[in-house]
Amino acid sequence: MTDLIERPVSTSDGDNVDHGTETSHHHDHHGPTGIMKWLTSTDHKVIGLSYTVTSLIMMIIGGAFAEIIRAQLVSPTSNLVSFSQYNELFTMHGSVMIYLFVGPFAFAGLANYLIPIQIGAPDMAFPRLNAFSYWLYLTGSITMLSGFLVGGGAANFGWVGYAPLSSAANSPGTGADLWICALLLTGFSAIFSGVNLVATIFYLRAPGMTLFRMPIFTWNMLVTGILILLAFPVLTAGLIMLYCDRHFGTHIYTVQGGGVPLLWQHIFWFWGHPEVYILALPFFGIVTEIFPVFSKKPVFGYRGMVFATLTIAALSLGVWAHHMFTTGAVLLPFFSIMSLLIAVPTGIKMFNWIGTMWGGKVHYSTAMLMSMGFLFTFLIGGITGIFLASPPLDFFTHDTYYVVAHFHSVVMALVMGALAGIYFWAPKMTGHMMHEGIGKIQFWFLFIGTQLFTFPLYLVGLHGMPRRMANYPINPSWQTLNEWGSVGAILIGISMVLFLVNVIYSWKKPVVAGDNPWDGHTLEWFTTSPPPSHNFLSLPPIHSERPTWDYNHPDHLAIEHNHKKQAKKSAKASAASDAS
Amino acid sequence: MKFEGTVLTLLGVFYGLMGAVYWIWSKDDTGGVMLVGALALGLLPGLYLLWWYRRSGKRLRTEDRQDATIEEGAGVISSFPDSSIWPFVFAMGCFMGVLALVFGTWFAFPAIALGVMAMAGFTAESRRGGDI
Repeated sequence: MTDLIERPVSTSDGDNVDHGTETSHHHDHHGPTGIMKWLTSTDHKVIGLSYTVTSLIMMIIGGAFAEIIRAQLVSPTSNLVSFSQYNELFTMHGSVMIYLFVGPFAFAGLANYLIPIQIGAPDMAFPRLNAFSYWLYLTGSITMLSGFLVGGGAANFGWVGYAPLSSAANSPGTGADLWICALLLTGFSAIFSGVNLVATIFYLRAPGMTLFRMPIFTWNMLVTGILILLAFPVLTAGLIMLYCDRHFGTHIYTVQGGGVPLLWQHIFWFWGHPEVYILALPFFGIVTEIFPVFSKKPVFGYRGMVFATLTIAALSLGVWAHHMFTTGAVLLPFFSIMSLLIAVPTGIKMFNWIGTMWGGKVHYSTAMLMSMGFLFTFLIGGITGIFLASPPLDFFTHDTYYVVAHFHSVVMALVMGALAGIYFWAPKMTGHMMHEGIGKIQFWFLFIGTQLFTFPLYLVGLHGMPRRMANYPINPSWQTLNEWGSVGAILIGISMVLFLVNVIYSWKKPVVAGDNPWDGHTLEWFTTSPPPSHNFLSLPPIHSERPTWDYNHPDHLAIEHNHKKQAKKSAKASAASDAS
Repeated sequence: MKFEGTVLTLLGVFYGLMGAVYWIWSKDDTGGVMLVGALALGLLPGLYLLWWYRRSGKRLRTEDRQDATIEEGAGVISSFPDSSIWPFVFAMGCFMGVLALVFGTWFAFPAIALGVMAMAGFTAESRRGGDI
């Protein structure tokens, strides 16, 4: 079934018709219902929600692994799980969280749902490819988790799968093969998502939605899409070579046949470090949408934000080997300089977020609190990362809990960003508000839990405790710090339970949200909640990066960026097109 | 179109420069090759977009013009599918395909069957659907 989609009509400035009531006239879409609707839908909203829900389930599974790990580490000689089970747990915790939760949630879940609506498009550019990439992601997730069901257990060589540990001799068993094949599936899923994001943003924008009027979230997703296209094929190629090494007798990563084990690390981190930004940029985008709305101000330094995002994209390809300083075989000064440089655009973003709130009328909703929690936690994660960019400090802290604490600060900040996005956009997706009271309690559990979890780990790492150990030497200070870390992990667990309670509560006792509950700025708040099939019945005129705000507040129009220069340019262009 | 192409081209050129510096300085072939690959990944789509912009007479699309109104963009955007079972079938084929890599070659038979079915289905659907 294919529909020809025309552009929505315009809503002129003086027209005060409540566009929300028009939905009832819109024809409902024919086609399958029930489970067949889910299996066959190519609607970006259905796919986006499927992605979001699936990835949140993955977060709960990965979180459960984390709680078991923290329970094991409460005592230095605990035998809650065996050593090999512990290896499987930390491998699958990392793999599930990185490959199956954070990335897909951001660049395929929220992005799928929001990008077409934010730029005034009826759907993603390639709807069937989009559906295909969701099914690859789901089957990939099932493949990876089914490792627990086969003999020999799941993959147990860490989420990075370093050669030669991941070779057939050192890690026999189907669990490791399932891990490799799962990453092939989810890797292709990510590549197709990237293609879709870039094509949609380049070709399906509404009239007047120039690149420099796109919401920052859309900008960040464009850059994320480009980075996906640069990074993911490298990983997929590396995994195919790893599979060949394991089964077809090649010697790409083994010394015996003339191969180079270090090659795997190069390939893995050439994907792995841009991947850090593929994970982080969408969440930067989410909070950049939330700060201005709840500060009642436009975003501070729009162009600076875009510039910073592009700079991060440019530099992110040149920093991969800072994960490999201790191999002794990489060019230390180059990677150290590049890693320090990338702190600059990230810092620009930090100041812009603070500048957005500065002097604003800040409303502390749950989404705003989560975003502020993101800001604080990400700052800590970012600054401790700058220390790791310095080789002498990295030699000292590499493979200790300091590194673990550093990236858990970063990813817990991303989890807060994810929850901020859910609290912010759930009214748009479901038409119903989330409960603010439970949300705020959840925030405080999550925020305090996160700091309580990471700070002791920084300290225990500086004391020299290595990561990935099921038992550790009996040492009172290490044990106390690990106990505090586990308390933090329990608080985080409670906050996730509260989140589920909130979802169920808001579902059972729905509060109707309306089209624009937060007085939002961007186009998604102009259409109905949830949006109709193909998103828009009418569009407001787009004169700035805040079209919905301009429409609702004609007295306080957003000021355009370099409007004089652009006006001159487009006058010239229209004169040229008249002449031709 | 012009700006989109410029962004990709500049990113590609930056990766190329960075790659050149890195390759000469470190003599590490892995990273050098990958960065030069990134140069190509930036230049190919970027130059294509710029070439297309020149070919279309350097005319700005409505979505590239600051003063464009919604009315100017009126008309058909494209045809969008409503629902299709074939992405699911094709993904199941791929799923069976990787299971063949893990559990045994016999999984390849359903994989190939599903794949062929889905490709035929996709093609037929594209021909049948829509009014274009």
